[in-house]
Amino acid sequence: MERIPILKMGSFLLVTIQVDMHDQLAMTLQDDLTARIVSDRASGVLIDISSLDVVDSFIGRMLGNIAAMARVLDAETVVVGMQPSVAITLVELGLSLPGIRTALNVDRGMELLRAGNNGDSNAGRENG
Amino acid sequence: MGNTRLAEIIGRHERDLLAEWTRRQMDSFGTGRDRISETQLRGNSQDFLRALTEALLRNAGSDLRRQEWSSMKDLLGEISRQRATQGFTPSETAVFVFSFKQPLFTRIASEYPNDSEGFAAELWTATELLDELGLYTSEMYLKSREEVILRQQQEMLELSTPVVEVWEGVLALPLIGTLDSARTQIVMQNLLEAIVARGANLAIIDITGVPTVDTLVAQHLLKTVAAARLMGADCIISGIRPQIAQTIIHLGVDLSGVLTKATLADALQLALKKKNLTVARS
Amino acid sequence: MPVVKTVELPLTRQEDVVAVRQRTRSLGVEIGLTIVDQTKIVTAASELARNTVIHGGGGKATIEIVKEASKQGLRLTFEDCGPGIPDLERAMQDGYTSGAGLGLGLGGSKRLCNDFAIESKVGKGTRVTIARWKA
Repeated sequence: MERIPILKMGSFLLVTIQVDMHDQLAMTLQDDLTARIVSDRASGVLIDISSLDVVDSFIGRMLGNIAAMARVLDAETVVVGMQPSVAITLVELGLSLPGIRTALNVDRGMELLRAGNNGDSNAGRENG
Repeated sequence: MGNTRLAEIIGRHERDLLAEWTRRQMDSFGTGRDRISETQLRGNSQDFLRALTEALLRNAGSDLRRQEWSSMKDLLGEISRQRATQGFTPSETAVFVFSFKQPLFTRIASEYPNDSEGFAAELWTATELLDELGLYTSEMYLKSREEVILRQQQEMLELSTPVVEVWEGVLALPLIGTLDSARTQIVMQNLLEAIVARGANLAIIDITGVPTVDTLVAQHLLKTVAAARLMGADCIISGIRPQIAQTIIHLGVDLSGVLTKATLADALQLALKKKNLTVARS
Repeated sequence: MPVVKTVELPLTRQEDVVAVRQRTRSLGVEIGLTIVDQTKIVTAASELARNTVIHGGGGKATIEIVKEASKQGLRLTFEDCGPGIPDLERAMQDGYTSGAGLGLGLGGSKRLCNDFAIESKVGKGTRVTIARWKA
């Protein structure tokens, strides 16, 4: 079965979404990630969506769900690399994803997760 | 018809027609004559006569839609465009064609010394034709002015939304003038693209130069802030004047999720603080 | 309205939604829509195509390049023979959902397009037409 690969980097999990996902694939990713957070005792999840040229309400909802589930499992989620046209479209659609932390790229996202790990919760962005 | 006859008359008197016409044009400009040289004027006039004679010899009539007039129309279009950009008034531009009337009519009169009927017919043909050409020139003048205005509007649209980097990773977008949806869309895109290009995670949107903030403008601003946040950058809105603060509250716009500061200086200070930077006197 | 090009795609499985997104994108590129406009119409197409598959029980999508006066645009039609929508006005509101979604599909899609039209008959089916014009 088709799957999005999940990489482990230290105590963080890294997912780079590079394909145009159909809904089932997105649901599988959501399941896989929550399972891996528990099995790998991950403290952070980084989702790189810089290759995605469309994020519709379904994918948006999936990102929000992952962040919420990860939080319950005591892991932080950062979504990185959203393209300007995607951001404009999501806002116009009415989806501003308030529960999700964001960063410009993987490096910045890592910094954010590390800062959160050191117990400095103010270093992040929680505008929601 | 008398078309080819008119061409003959012009051909016979070409030299003095040209001289008198050019002089009339120069006189009509008065103080504005430094905008155009006599050589250029003479060149334009010569080209006009050539195109006119050519069309007349082909029995073109006075209907400018006919293909015989196409080179004349190109010429008048070019001249109108030139003058529109050189700052000539519409009448100063139209005078190019109309000032040709008197020299031409004098020559026509001299060709029909004892034939008042022939003179009247020839005069009518010439008047009709020159009026058409004059009107066409005015039309072209207006069209080129409109093109100039349109181009300037677009240039202003681009000029008026510069994104500047005020500190490493801190962008500033000083907005000046009225914000409508078309402009806000450009502003939004410029800012978001600059955020990616410069890897900036803070952006200050300064609205000191925005005269009014209504519900729509406020919504546009909020959308920009939301889109920037989705990409991983925070926005600070600065330059909110007291009366604008009042309208925002009266309109019931919720800016509670947005960082706001009264001045650009305050916003920059906040931005530096967020980046854990301090400015010290050395 | 003259139609320059027509592409018809079936909408029965989830994978078909992906195909609609990709064809809409390539036709948007073909007529020279800006990247933001492309993204908006592709996103709207994705929402509506999913509605057709999930709520309409399947149907088809028609993507057309259309010309009006001197402007070009993309027109998309989504048709199904499903249960129909009983209260259209409510269905257009944000937050209203019959399923597990966010309820942004219809209203959100409308905001992403220049033209939006919806017809629905209970027991007969639903048809949504959207268009985005080149600026």
